[in-house]
Amino acid sequence: MEKFTISVNGKNHEVTADPDMPLLWVLRDLLSMKGTKFGCGQALCGACTVHLDDEAIRSCSTPISTVGSRKVTTIEGLDKEGHHPLQDAWVEHVVPQCGYCQTGQIMTAAALLKKSPNPSDAEIEESMAGNLCRCGTYNRIKEAILTASKTL
Amino acid sequence: MMPNFPFLKNKKAEDKSEVFVPSRRDFLKLSSLATGGFLLGVNFQCAGPKGETITFAPNVFVSITSDNEVTIVAHRSEMGTGIRTSLPQIVADELGADWSKVKIVQAEGDEEKYGNQNTDGSFSVRMFYEPMRKTGATARHMLIAAAAKKWEVSPTECHTENSQVIHSSGKKIDFGDLVAELKDMPLPDPASITLKEFSSYKLIGKDVTIYDARDITTGKAVFGADVDLPGMQVAVVRRSPVIGAKVISFNDAKALAVPGVNRVVKIDGAGIPPGLDKALEGVAVIADNTWAAMKGREALEIEWDLGPNQTYNSAKQLEEMLQSTAKDGKVRRERGNFLTAQRAAGKVLERTYLAPFYAHATIEPPAAIAHYQGDGICEIWAPTQHPQWARQAVATALELDLDKVKMNVTLLGGGFGRKSKPDFVVEAALLSKAAKSPVRVQWTREDDLHFDFFHSHSAQRIKATIDKDGNFTGWNHHTVFPAIGATGSTTELHPSDGELALGCTDFPYDVPNIKIETHESTAHTRIGWLRSVSNIHHAFAIGCMMDEIAEARGIDPVKHALQMLGEDRNLEFKPETDGKYENYGEPIETFPWNTGRMKKVIERVAKEANWDQKLAEGKAVGFAAHKSFLTYVACIVVVEKGSSGKISIPEVFYAVDCGIGVNTDRIRSQFEGGSQFATSLATTSAITFENGIPQQNNFDGYQIIRMPQSPKKIHVHILESMEKPTGVGEPPVPPYIPALCNAMYKLTGERIYQLPFKA
Repeated sequence: MEKFTISVNGKNHEVTADPDMPLLWVLRDLLSMKGTKFGCGQALCGACTVHLDDEAIRSCSTPISTVGSRKVTTIEGLDKEGHHPLQDAWVEHVVPQCGYCQTGQIMTAAALLKKSPNPSDAEIEESMAGNLCRCGTYNRIKEAILTASKTL
Repeated sequence: MMPNFPFLKNKKAEDKSEVFVPSRRDFLKLSSLATGGFLLGVNFQCAGPKGETITFAPNVFVSITSDNEVTIVAHRSEMGTGIRTSLPQIVADELGADWSKVKIVQAEGDEEKYGNQNTDGSFSVRMFYEPMRKTGATARHMLIAAAAKKWEVSPTECHTENSQVIHSSGKKIDFGDLVAELKDMPLPDPASITLKEFSSYKLIGKDVTIYDARDITTGKAVFGADVDLPGMQVAVVRRSPVIGAKVISFNDAKALAVPGVNRVVKIDGAGIPPGLDKALEGVAVIADNTWAAMKGREALEIEWDLGPNQTYNSAKQLEEMLQSTAKDGKVRRERGNFLTAQRAAGKVLERTYLAPFYAHATIEPPAAIAHYQGDGICEIWAPTQHPQWARQAVATALELDLDKVKMNVTLLGGGFGRKSKPDFVVEAALLSKAAKSPVRVQWTREDDLHFDFFHSHSAQRIKATIDKDGNFTGWNHHTVFPAIGATGSTTELHPSDGELALGCTDFPYDVPNIKIETHESTAHTRIGWLRSVSNIHHAFAIGCMMDEIAEARGIDPVKHALQMLGEDRNLEFKPETDGKYENYGEPIETFPWNTGRMKKVIERVAKEANWDQKLAEGKAVGFAAHKSFLTYVACIVVVEKGSSGKISIPEVFYAVDCGIGVNTDRIRSQFEGGSQFATSLATTSAITFENGIPQQNNFDGYQIIRMPQSPKKIHVHILESMEKPTGVGEPPVPPYIPALCNAMYKLTGERIYQLPFKA
């Protein structure tokens, strides 16, 4: 067990954890931030997506020891009021069905829009391909990203 | 309480829901109001002496406080269909509540209070549309009566809107200001309760945003694993690798040496048959956090007696099942004489169809939290589709009275039938008792894919006869698949009548000679029900075969389906099934199988898709229609071969008749998602077994489609209907698969006889 200081949503947290513990479980179990979801544990489904600096990463496969001083942003910190243009567009298009994968979808989409504020259809498909949705909300996800890209 | 087929409306459970036992003296019964005996109660919790909030609760589903807060109870589980919004939406519309301010609370699992809560079988709206309307209307009548008395006007001059009673003069009063008046008001005569005209509804029949949309998108929504309790530990379980395996011995020294691991507990699981509501045999590692529990599990050393399923190979069984379909089977439906038709036929088509095991693969793996409190009370939080069954299963496993188990229902991160089964909830309860603390049992994706209640693999053989004049004269359908019932009983070797009524014995086409037969097979894993159940493989085979028959007769497949449905009429299946046809638990007189309604959805989808148009080079269309869960659906899928040779699905057209549509946006979303779900079943997903062990471990082996593979434009046309509402959770799936296969045939010239196929 080791001590780590990580920056999550602009706030420093000190945690004592196994260096191999994935960031996902640090967030969920040690910091009780439940918006980041567990889906596969192997970076195959994207439910656990958070940002490390501006990069969308899979927190289930990112050991705490590799985070260092990079800033972690989770769904709770994407927008203080919970009204990031993507979050609003998600509601406008009523994207969620069960909703479980959607925080990960939004975090991936947010990283995409940071890099490419007006993404093409192909760019969206490529960027979102790592996020599974079993309910099948892919088309509304795409529409919501396009809507949000217009308001950014 | 192990309902045989919870995806069919369970008669016993429903009957029980008719008996509303008031738990309070002031809980008055309003029995004759109920449809099908669904009882409403009236509960007044009026002002305490200290002037605290007064609550008017005209029944268990709605309450109004003196500060005008309207709360509606959602008693069905939300797994993505929108039911947590759609049923309260009905109550609110009848009541005249301000929807933007309505609060929805999730009911705990309690059959006495809420009646049937088994969220399965696409029957929530079907079963509760009328009771929910009457619930809202009763409250509205009482509020209007109170206001009219206060104003000394006639109730007929009043209506409700925005959580206010409004008089024709323009006078208004908040519901909340009437709560105290309701205290001594007698219950209205049920015969005096009138429902609103359909045309006056402001929510029913409209697009209504789901209640949880904002919480979901901000990460605040609470799913199964999101419940945190003080002192909670986390358990991860090493379960019997082969169904029926037993632990001979285990060494937990290395597991206990992992920092954070506190305890290792053996779970005595069910053997063979494994049952639908029991924990599997296993060894649990209980730790401070999930990661420690996972590491601890890796370090466990277990010696297993693998038992008889250790030699099970699914490919081998499927081949044997296929061979068996060439023999005479057990006849399950018969009309005319198929053999005579075969002898007289000018042409006999004989085709076989194979489909694999499917896993539900909800993105939220099973997880449940239990707090066994040492005094014989156990409180649970679980993402369960069937809270009452889970509650009963926990009570049985812990040998507690039912009322000692409190079952809280969280949101479900997908269900599709998996989370009907309470095995994971039972695990949490057993482990909390052993650990003497709250415990969350957390399944990994590997656990989920290995220990699912799988959709059964299947083999089918269909023979169709065409006489010398080109008439379609005979249909002989053989189907074989390990039955759901086999999970609870080793003597269940044939598919049940209930499973056959899902798209097989309800073959609707007007063919003079029909023979439907089944064959024996045994289950070597846990079989369950997956979104639309055996309709999946039956619709695949029938929809593809009908396309071939139309082709052989030289008739367009859409025209052929319309022709073969015959005149508009209600179909009967009981006389030809020895009385054993099950109409999704409903009397066929109330919910008939009407060929006219099916023809209308077919005509509509053909029109919307421009079925007759000439398509561009590299594009093709396929059609299929299939009724399931009492909802009529027709589907046309467009496929396209790109310049790179890659096949994509640019468009899908659906037409649906589900009777009255309650939340039109959620109906469309179920069809959009249903087509995506079915694309996975058709093209990417399969579970196979070797040595009794599933060979797919995660989303790399068990693939579901990703955004680039998804059908692009999905057009959903909802037929306007005043027929009784029926469900839409499952019906999008079955017709899509054969429509896609038929489109693929037109594109490539090759018929598809086995799922999944490479797209």
